Amino acid sequence: MQMSGAQMVCEALIKEGVTTVFGYPGGAIMNVYDEIYKQNGFEHILNRHEQASVHAADGYARSTGKVGVAMVTSGPGFTNAVTGLATAYMDSIPMVVISGQVPLSLIGTDGFQEIDAVGISRPCTKHNYLVKSVEELPRIIKEAFYIAKSGRPGPVLVDIPKDITAEMGEFDYPKEIHIPTYKPNYKGNDRQIKKAAQAIKKAKKPIFYIGGGAVLSNASEEVRALTKLTQIPAVETLMARGVMGAGNPLLLGMLGMHGNYASNMAMSETDLVISLGARFDDRVTGKLSEFAKYADVIHIDIDPANIGKLVDVDYPIVGDVKRVVEKLLQVLKDVNPDNYRAWREILGRYDELHPQSYQDSDEVLKPQWVIERIGELLGEKVIITSDVGQHQMWAAQHFPFERPRQWINSGGLGTMGFGFPAALGTKRGNPDKIVVNITGDGSILMNVQELVTASEHKIPVINVILNNHFLGMVRQWQTFFYDKRYSETDLSYQPDFKALAEACGGIGYNVTTKEEFDAALEDAIEKDKVCFMNVAINRLENVLPMVPSGGALYNMLLEHKDQ
Amino acid sequence: MQKVRRVISVIVMNESSVLARVTSLFAGRGYNIDSLTVAPIPESDLSHITIVTFGSPKVIEQIIKQLHKLIPTLKVIEHDEMVEKEMVLIKFPIGENLSNIQALCNAYNGGIVNVGVDMVIAMASDEPVRIGHFVEAAQRYSPCEIVRSGVVAIER
Repeated sequence: MQMSGAQMVCEALIKEGVTTVFGYPGGAIMNVYDEIYKQNGFEHILNRHEQASVHAADGYARSTGKVGVAMVTSGPGFTNAVTGLATAYMDSIPMVVISGQVPLSLIGTDGFQEIDAVGISRPCTKHNYLVKSVEELPRIIKEAFYIAKSGRPGPVLVDIPKDITAEMGEFDYPKEIHIPTYKPNYKGNDRQIKKAAQAIKKAKKPIFYIGGGAVLSNASEEVRALTKLTQIPAVETLMARGVMGAGNPLLLGMLGMHGNYASNMAMSETDLVISLGARFDDRVTGKLSEFAKYADVIHIDIDPANIGKLVDVDYPIVGDVKRVVEKLLQVLKDVNPDNYRAWREILGRYDELHPQSYQDSDEVLKPQWVIERIGELLGEKVIITSDVGQHQMWAAQHFPFERPRQWINSGGLGTMGFGFPAALGTKRGNPDKIVVNITGDGSILMNVQELVTASEHKIPVINVILNNHFLGMVRQWQTFFYDKRYSETDLSYQPDFKALAEACGGIGYNVTTKEEFDAALEDAIEKDKVCFMNVAINRLENVLPMVPSGGALYNMLLEHKDQ
Repeated sequence: MQKVRRVISVIVMNESSVLARVTSLFAGRGYNIDSLTVAPIPESDLSHITIVTFGSPKVIEQIIKQLHKLIPTLKVIEHDEMVEKEMVLIKFPIGENLSNIQALCNAYNGGIVNVGVDMVIAMASDEPVRIGHFVEAAQRYSPCEIVRSGVVAIER
């Protein structure tokens, strides 16, 4: 069928099953927006900043498992999208971003709103394309979706010059993919899997180290079955919260810089690390030479480049976590869970010694209480998104995540400003869930314009701003390591958050007590509008435990005199 | 950790920006490129890139894996047993002893390939180490310009 390149873009998106596109128009992408105006195969959400469009598509992808789609114009439209691409890239999120580009004839001439999009995005995309002719456009979009969601997922950029979206061509959307150079391996080598199973049976102190890959491969059920079968305890990374389920007796908690005592001690004393889709990030390992010092390592990862990158691996298994764990379930049928009883008891005692806890107060709201309270009141009905900083760590530590994809946050890149737009995408993808963005008074201002987006498109997300009038995490480091020189972290000068929300068509609440919080949350759910809940919390609350940067996991700060 | 020299061959789709993907990978991850050559593979839509690099064994392993991860990469070949060749062009003033230069070139599979009014151009092609020796030996004839091709290699 003959159609313009712009029509092809819309048709291809519809054929890929896309129902929501987040974006912002501009000169070079106008032809496509003209076609968006004429079609009704998908809705378009007009964010108020391109960065927010990409984060929204990202939140949509993380919460649904589908490919998120964002659309931006050339030049500044694209450069604004870069933070969003990098955020998705670091956390392996399937996403297709379509950007306009100046006409082919102008490329390389420093044209108006021209920037080398494929050049800039090369290190922060899984792959990218500059479309050079209308004939290749359908194939490229097809490949972009396939590459984004297959293997180790990631964002793919398709940069389309303006003259190509205007040009007519034959639209024959390919049914099959043919990329001879790209063949991800999902299966996992059977012999390696058997060897790993032997190692598990021989180990005395094994530990499952569960990462974001377990979420991406939808392996939660299998992972829970494997832990149940073997009775081997598990720790989760920040990206894996929810895989095991909060009440799971085999879950020790989160490990790493702000991990709990039992998890970090387990990692320090284990004799066999069984890594399921985790990548030994420095925020997890602490001092690498002390990390799991006495252990052999089984590393299951779909990306071979992750294996052996940071720690030496004894049993490398390249494959999809879900498929490999399915096979492990088969070969471990005769495992004796009693082998690990003594180990479980040791870890149980560690947990009793220093449980994940905090000191509640009657005088001032504690952020941990607020987070636990959201869990108590909303439970499985809620999806939590978060920004980056103290509130993110408190949420990861204290919220009772019951299932994967219930926890949406920027782990790898640590992008402040991610939470609110990601919440919009999450809500669009999960209209039946309540979406709460747990944020801070620093982060929320980094994409605060999305209040307007949320009001216009009637996307009722609840922003719980844990307000300590500080750039809290940096302030915490200044307290611990910089002799309390609070350089540029005092955020006492801030907007009236309630009024700000109301000015943009939302609702605002000022909360200073537990009663007010409960009432505000109830009201916000009933009103079903975007809202800011400005929650005054203890100013100098710290995130604990904490492993000082570069220190060994077993050297945790468990309490601090300032608290 | 001990740094080792490695010759890595990368077979990639011959498409635009593929070389940029390879080189920006090296730049972005802090890997070394000692030399790099690239040319299309005859009668195919592929190109052959030969990279000489230095790094610890761990880094070399990462380089190979990261190269493989690039979507247009078909194959990454890293082998101890590679036949390696390199070429060099050197410009000498015509007043130098041409028969000595000719003799030197002969020892390194080369010869004088161009004679101008003021200059002669000599060529040698040999193993990279020997090309190094040739360049050293050529110093006594006051070379004005030296251009090395970078290494090409093929599995034995």
